[in-house]
Amino acid sequence: MIAAFLPDNRLHLQHGPIDLLVEAFGERDEVGQAYQQAIDRFGDILPTLVRELPLLRRSVGDAHPLLQGPVARRMVEAVWPHRAIYITPMAAVAGSVADEMLQAMLLGRTLDKAYVNNGGDIAFHLSAGHELRAGIFVDALDGAVRLTHDSPVRGIATSGWGGRSFSLGIADSVTVLASNAASADAAATIIANAVNADHPAIERQPARDLDPDSDLGELSVTTKVGPLPADVIDQALERGAAEARRLGLSAALCLKGRWRLERGEDHERSAELGAGLPRRLSRRPQSRR
Amino acid sequence: MSDDEIALSQSERDQNIVRCDACPVLCRIRPGRAGACDRYANESGKLVRVDPLVLLAKPDLARVAFVEGSSSWAGELGKGQGAIVTGIGATTTYPDYKPAPFIVSSKHDGVDMVTVVTEGIFSYCGVKVKIDTDRYLGPEQAAVRANGEAVGHVTTAEYGSQMLSLGGVHHLVGGSKKEGVVTCDALLALCNREAVELVIDGGSTVVVQADRPPIVNGTREERMRVGCGSAAIGMFAPQWKDHVDEVIVVDDHITGVLSEHQGGRFLDMKPAGIRVRGRKSTPGRYFQVAEPGLGWGGTDVSDPLEIIEKIDPKQAWPGLRLLMVSTTGEHSAWFELDQELKPKAADMPVPVRHVVERIAENCEPALCTVLFMAGAGGSLRAGVTENPVRLTRSVREALTRVTLGGVPAYVWPGGGITLMVDVARMPEKSFGYVPTPALVAPIEFTLRADDYAALGGYASRAVTLEDVLRSNKVRLDK
Repeated sequence: MIAAFLPDNRLHLQHGPIDLLVEAFGERDEVGQAYQQAIDRFGDILPTLVRELPLLRRSVGDAHPLLQGPVARRMVEAVWPHRAIYITPMAAVAGSVADEMLQAMLLGRTLDKAYVNNGGDIAFHLSAGHELRAGIFVDALDGAVRLTHDSPVRGIATSGWGGRSFSLGIADSVTVLASNAASADAAATIIANAVNADHPAIERQPARDLDPDSDLGELSVTTKVGPLPADVIDQALERGAAEARRLGLSAALCLKGRWRLERGEDHERSAELGAGLPRRLSRRPQSRR
Repeated sequence: MSDDEIALSQSERDQNIVRCDACPVLCRIRPGRAGACDRYANESGKLVRVDPLVLLAKPDLARVAFVEGSSSWAGELGKGQGAIVTGIGATTTYPDYKPAPFIVSSKHDGVDMVTVVTEGIFSYCGVKVKIDTDRYLGPEQAAVRANGEAVGHVTTAEYGSQMLSLGGVHHLVGGSKKEGVVTCDALLALCNREAVELVIDGGSTVVVQADRPPIVNGTREERMRVGCGSAAIGMFAPQWKDHVDEVIVVDDHITGVLSEHQGGRFLDMKPAGIRVRGRKSTPGRYFQVAEPGLGWGGTDVSDPLEIIEKIDPKQAWPGLRLLMVSTTGEHSAWFELDQELKPKAADMPVPVRHVVERIAENCEPALCTVLFMAGAGGSLRAGVTENPVRLTRSVREALTRVTLGGVPAYVWPGGGITLMVDVARMPEKSFGYVPTPALVAPIEFTLRADDYAALGGYASRAVTLEDVLRSNKVRLDK
């Protein structure tokens, strides 16, 4: 386990596959205490999660899985609305960890703003008058999101086939805004899975052949996406966009350099999502397993 | 988790799947793929770390970054001969419920040696900081603060240096949570050779960085004093003799007066009748001529004439030539007495100027040095041997060599394994931290293979150095 402050005073927490960047803004003592609360909470996250891993790797069906751990319960909560489609609570693990850590950090604290970035799945807190900007990084800084206090959005997550996690779809990246990171995480997974096409340039393999522990089991996951014709790309993006509309969420979808922006129900309340901004950002947007 | 749950099935083993036990997730990893963390991978049926271990070569070997696999090593290190695997990146568990991550066997001069490599988690640890300055940093025992929290204290001064003792178990875990966190942060930064600003109660603000000059109240310290005022007189008296009638070397500890000093008497110098303030120790040596401060020679003096109590008309004479100089040569002034025996500033003669410059030249560069001090007690030893006290005894008897990041540690006599090491000699970023709070430092125990077996070591867990090189990504440091 690692807990270390980066030179710019962000907190880096890492345990096994969980890798968090945490930052809080506000009065110095409050920020210090918030960081301490985050560190204190962190030690227990992975061990508790691991205890229920077998159940969390099973797809959610008609029966609501009964789980004990707070992160595990967040995971189930986040994927439950999607149970008609194949999904396991693991689809929301990164976002759920981010939400849990953010809550632990905020408890009893007064902060201007704060975020917990779990490998690109981000939970954040904003007080009135404060905002955050998040970048979407595919090849360069390809997009940006302005997150404001007025908007109900408190979570942002990105999914795609090339990250640490497997995807059934071919999207390079799907970034979703939702009311918390766990919901954004689950929705990004669903939408990224929907960005799909049937084309010989796309290679797939059963997840189990790549990772014996994968929650996707025998399902075929994308291992390579070769050159695709423009119409195939647009159709694939449209399938994803339709999924985003069905869920009523704002999403930015990218496939082979082409973008689709879907404005969700939150849009009127001013979460701004834009793509194509040429600036650099240092972190890759995704990872989940 | 029981061994049964960790064990792989025959079919999994046939497929060359490996089980990673680095964290509780216990990933099964197929060949050519990484685990959930991307830090451990399966390379042809072997679990390898993607984070490199740091390997220390003999100093004459060049630094090679991130080399993987033994073939790349053949030309560089002769399969790792003469290389030391350090604990950096080795990781550990706490408490140590399983043998240390790396128990490496190798041959030195035909003798089978074993090095037990781990990263220790040290709650009992701190740093001793030596700051080469005569400037007043603060009273002995005063609290030293980082970000407002007490992280240590000023301890006994040494020759030409002020000493701080920082960290230790009471600041780390004995005070408030914030105190512990701030202390741990400060120690971590100092050990990793980063700059840390420290504020001393009733004293100065000093920026400390290992192997760098201290910055006291915003001023970078360039030089250590050549010696106390009395020592300076002794060193330079013959060189001044023909050019001056009196020299006063201003120093916070001992101010020297040439004509009264044994050094001046020896040269048959005439008493000059200039009396300095303070308490006379022996002839020509004065304590406490002023308050400690950031002025001349570590005093609070900015006008050196302040320390002259009186000029005796029975002994002094018009035209008397007086040099006043600090113990670093940083401050100096030349005076001649007028008809009323009042000192008047004048241009310093060139030969005198040369000697002042020589004082400066003889001052060594001022540095901060940071020694990491810790107790390798408790369960850390259980990762080395089933019988921990035997490791302690073996270290005591100098059968086991203790290194931190490859740097030999000084082991304090008496009980336990209390050690000290200069962080400036260790590889970069050797230290880490856990939220306890406590520091994580690499530590290696090297001893003869037969001695290792005798003290109850996990001899069967030993792997060859070649195997370590083959199965781990390593970083080569000098």
